[in-house]
Amino acid sequence: MRLFAIPLFAALLPLAAEAQTPATVQMDKSFIRFVSKQLNVPVEGRFKKFSAILSYDARKPEASKVEFEVELGSADLGTAEADTELKRKTWFNTDAFPKAKFVSSSVKLLGGDRLEITGPLIIKGTTLNITTVASVKTDAAGISVAEGKFPLKRLAYKIGEGQWADTDTVADEVEVRYRLTFSSKK
Amino acid sequence: MNPIRYTGTAMLLHWSVALLIFAGFGLGLTMVDMTFSPLKLKFYSWHKWIGITIFALVAFRLIWRLTHPAPALPTSLPAWQRKVAHYSHVAMYALFFAIPLTGWLFSSSKGIPTVYLGLVPLPDLLTKDMGEAILLATDPEKPFLLSDLIRLAHKSMNYLLGSLVLMHIGAALKHHFIDRDDILGRMIPGPKSRP
Repeated sequence: MRLFAIPLFAALLPLAAEAQTPATVQMDKSFIRFVSKQLNVPVEGRFKKFSAILSYDARKPEASKVEFEVELGSADLGTAEADTELKRKTWFNTDAFPKAKFVSSSVKLLGGDRLEITGPLIIKGTTLNITTVASVKTDAAGISVAEGKFPLKRLAYKIGEGQWADTDTVADEVEVRYRLTFSSKK
Repeated sequence: MNPIRYTGTAMLLHWSVALLIFAGFGLGLTMVDMTFSPLKLKFYSWHKWIGITIFALVAFRLIWRLTHPAPALPTSLPAWQRKVAHYSHVAMYALFFAIPLTGWLFSSSKGIPTVYLGLVPLPDLLTKDMGEAILLATDPEKPFLLSDLIRLAHKSMNYLLGSLVLMHIGAALKHHFIDRDDILGRMIPGPKSRP
């Protein structure tokens, strides 16, 4: 009995260790995009620079942890003047607040591959809790893909102040869409 | 027999399209040089809505024109003037369609959807990735993209239409005040019979 138990335990160790190692994001297979509505026209932008780490264990999803950081100055709306505008004080104020940061505080398994992730999102000095439902798929090669979206109220973060606070021009609600591909290879 | 005047429908279409062309052209010239502001975004939207409206009105107008004969030109008009009038009208009609279309294409090529009156989303004719296709890279810092070509086409056609419109107005005024014929009168509402 003892003879059996030890090798089995030993065999499980590397697996457990691998699952606990935070995986870093593969930029070429990941994106963080945002869709704002300008006069009811959906306009998609993306962040060119961000980083994310994931500690995910398919057998214990609730113990997972997700973190990401976005360089707000890397926002790309497609036109140079809009990109410059977004860096200004009334928008992201990237000189004072260069990064947005999220750290998950709770992860709930909803069934299937769906996880409900909640945690504080800090943008422009304001911290607000957000909740997003992500589908997380892990393949045999240890590649995990987390995909989902969440709504964000830009005015709660003071993104777009002064003349831009008018929601008839730019709607308050912005949809953030993400796909984060992680490789657990060391 | 040809009527003396254009029909009421044709006049309404002519004058509303004329008004919209001036508004759309003015907005277009103004908005491109504005600093980024909510008003600038509004001007872009209005400019697009005007373009789509012109496209629709002119489509209807063309069908109307083909099914309702235009009033005859005065017999005193020399053949070459008839020819110039005919071809410049054909060119204006072509531009009435081509200009809104290139504007819509340009918007799509920049990844910005067009939503008529903020209510009706139009399909995207091109993707942003297509718009970023490099056509000429003589200056690697600032390559000439497909979206640049579409923008250039939209702009050039607008200046061409602007010139034709000026010629159109000039000719109408010349006929009315110098030749004192009834060419302009055909497009002006008034009493049923010619004095």
